Amino acid sequence: MPFHHTVLPNGLTLIGESNPQARSVALGFFVKTGARDETPEVSGVTHFLEHMIFKGTPRRTALQVNEDFDRIGANYNAYTSEENTVFHASILPEYLPQAVDILADILRPSLREEDFDMEKKVIIEEIGMYDDQPMWATYDVAKQTFFGDHPLGKSVLGTKESIGQLQCAQMRDYFQRRYVSSNIVVVATGRIEWPDLVRMIETHCAPWPDQPTQRALPPGPKTRAFKLIQKPTVHQEHCFLLSQGPDAKSPLRYAAEILATAIGDDTGSRIYWALIDPGLVEAADFSVHEYAGTGAYYGYFCGEPDSTTPCLDIYLNLLREVQKDGLTEAEIRTTKSKLASRIVRGNERPMGRMQALGFQWTYLGQYRTVDDDLASIDSVTSDHIRELLDVHPIDEPTIVALGPLEKMTAPYNES
Amino acid sequence: MSVEIYQHSFANGLTLLVEQMPHVRSAAFNFLIPAGCVHDPPEQLGLANLLSDLITRGAGKRSSKELTLALDELGLDRDESSGTLHLRIWGSTLAKNLVPALGLYADIVRRPLLPEEELPPVQDLALLELEGLEDEPRQKVMVEVKKRYFPPPLGRDRRGTPEGIQRTTIEAIRQFHQRMVQPRQSILSIAGNVEWKQILDAVEQLYGDWQPQPPVTYTLEAPLPSRDHLTKETKQTQIGIAYDSVPITHPDYYAAIAAVNVLSGGMSSRLFTEVREKRGLCYAVWASYQTMKDRACVIGYAGTTNERAQETLDVLLSVIDQLKEGVTEDEVQRMKAGLKSSLIMQEESTSARAGSMASDWYFLGRIRSFDEIQAAIDGLTADRIVEHVRAFPPRSLTLVTLGPKPLTLDA
Repeated sequence: MPFHHTVLPNGLTLIGESNPQARSVALGFFVKTGARDETPEVSGVTHFLEHMIFKGTPRRTALQVNEDFDRIGANYNAYTSEENTVFHASILPEYLPQAVDILADILRPSLREEDFDMEKKVIIEEIGMYDDQPMWATYDVAKQTFFGDHPLGKSVLGTKESIGQLQCAQMRDYFQRRYVSSNIVVVATGRIEWPDLVRMIETHCAPWPDQPTQRALPPGPKTRAFKLIQKPTVHQEHCFLLSQGPDAKSPLRYAAEILATAIGDDTGSRIYWALIDPGLVEAADFSVHEYAGTGAYYGYFCGEPDSTTPCLDIYLNLLREVQKDGLTEAEIRTTKSKLASRIVRGNERPMGRMQALGFQWTYLGQYRTVDDDLASIDSVTSDHIRELLDVHPIDEPTIVALGPLEKMTAPYNES
Repeated sequence: MSVEIYQHSFANGLTLLVEQMPHVRSAAFNFLIPAGCVHDPPEQLGLANLLSDLITRGAGKRSSKELTLALDELGLDRDESSGTLHLRIWGSTLAKNLVPALGLYADIVRRPLLPEEELPPVQDLALLELEGLEDEPRQKVMVEVKKRYFPPPLGRDRRGTPEGIQRTTIEAIRQFHQRMVQPRQSILSIAGNVEWKQILDAVEQLYGDWQPQPPVTYTLEAPLPSRDHLTKETKQTQIGIAYDSVPITHPDYYAAIAAVNVLSGGMSSRLFTEVREKRGLCYAVWASYQTMKDRACVIGYAGTTNERAQETLDVLLSVIDQLKEGVTEDEVQRMKAGLKSSLIMQEESTSARAGSMASDWYFLGRIRSFDEIQAAIDGLTADRIVEHVRAFPPRSLTLVTLGPKPLTLDA
């Protein structure tokens, strides 16, 4: 499948992969801005701005934005993370011109005061919704505890207070600094004709302003911590274990995918056999997230408050065992089959492929075919796993538990 | 649009459905077996759910560990779950691994070991899952709405009750498996880069001699009260409602899904616009259509800050009520565009196709063609939708709320 790459004079990058067999087109605008790029006074502004993007432009009211998307039957949405804000739509090929017209238009929003005040209420509802889900509440605290002052410790949603105090002018300022053309990548996959797409994007986006953007990339945290948060209204105890992992550019990232899957996948992993199969916890997993400049392993389990300490011991012992002995050859082989199947299936439809392409370009500035990724996974050996564990040990994590437990002893002497 | 769909019914009652999708590298299968929690013995609520976990803990000649390893080596993403009416077994992997996977599943479905020593951990997990629902208020309210809308045992939640889970014995599970997990009325659907003849031969060999059992029925009981409030100290109040609609077999079916689409299709639909966009009352609000063979309903949801929960409920109900006043031509066009897109995009997904074929076969005994669905959608008009809404108004409302304080309904 042919790859395409065009850079407009204002620095806006367009990439795509065409697949004439596809029945749809996926189109995405990847803005390289997230919670890590916020100052504390505007905590949550990136995510709030993502909502405001749908609130209209000089050409469209908020309702018209939604109506125009729905008129072409688009499957569209957006999300915000610590590092990216992504706007995406799946459409039938004949509606691509309209989809470009809408997406490119809304990325130059009016940011009207009255829309800002109304949407503020929705954001506060969203914060309330996550607060009522203890897994998410624990995740947020765990991330803050682990990363501390590091920019990745910032909350994506912000708090009721930070959102409550945020002014529309602060959001406009943030928008002007971050939504500049060289900080955005347009990604298209599926049934596309590249020259047509470039022409459409040029028509709408050529006037977009550009200016340099910066992002600090400090190294990840080196110290560990233990924290227990008592919440009597919660039924189960939720526990996260975080340690440092490879960053998004690290050559060890494929080894890390294998390691994390072998330890904490939902079937057949070490965690599965140690905690889920014997019925000790309701849920448990272990995964890796590669960020720009650093990475993190996220371990998690939830279950009966009284069994938290013994389950944590089992979890930690398992991590120590892997740290000491690595993975077996058989584990590496099985995990490779799982990942190969997931990579193929995840990239099969235009939307999945578009997301993969967007992230590759954002983090690596590189195009990789599905077969490139399969080959990288296949080339991982037990020596790579050893090297990975030596560089990023997993057996001394930061631990955060939230739930009804009143007391819990740290499983190690706090440093 | 031409798609290649094949069908075969075996003498033992099993139906095989295959859609060849030569442009993909994957394949997915979906097994519907009429062994849902509706058949749980009243003293052992949760039994079918326990079986869905236990069924992969060893089968044929493989122990639990060996079986998991074999499935993982085939790169399967999979799920075994108990629904109201069916035990559903689903898997997706590279197309070349599909036939070997069907072999493993023949053991799982027909020859599970159901080992006694695995029951206590499976029971512990089921109890934990039940407990975990208390930390998921959004799911909890939906479980409670279904319990009160559908007459028992149709409204049952697969999770069962703590007592039911504890009272279930390995003998009861083995008997249930023997009696209920059978080919009669079972549907195996497969979509992906597969070849019909090869699949047919494999399935014949693996499942052809599977012995049918007599059909099993269930009796409907008197419904539970349709209003309830669950008191809980949460930041948001969860609101769940349900009201009657027409099932997929009814001539009004397409008008019914169109009406729900006008309420809650895209982001310009009425509920999102009136409740969230214009009033900022909530983050999540939606309505969806749910059908069984002989009955169907519309389920609605909103989650909102406690102080604004009463207003949210009032707006939610008035938006639904106003549907009978009319639907605009523009709304009809948007509804059609949305349904057409999802219909076409479904053709790109092996698991969506496998699921959709099985569901058509179960409800209608045939698979609707793309053109048939497209024509039915094209034939919808504003008048037709409003006529339907007037003929089937949102009567006999089921309402469940979860939060610090109950809400009131206008008479």
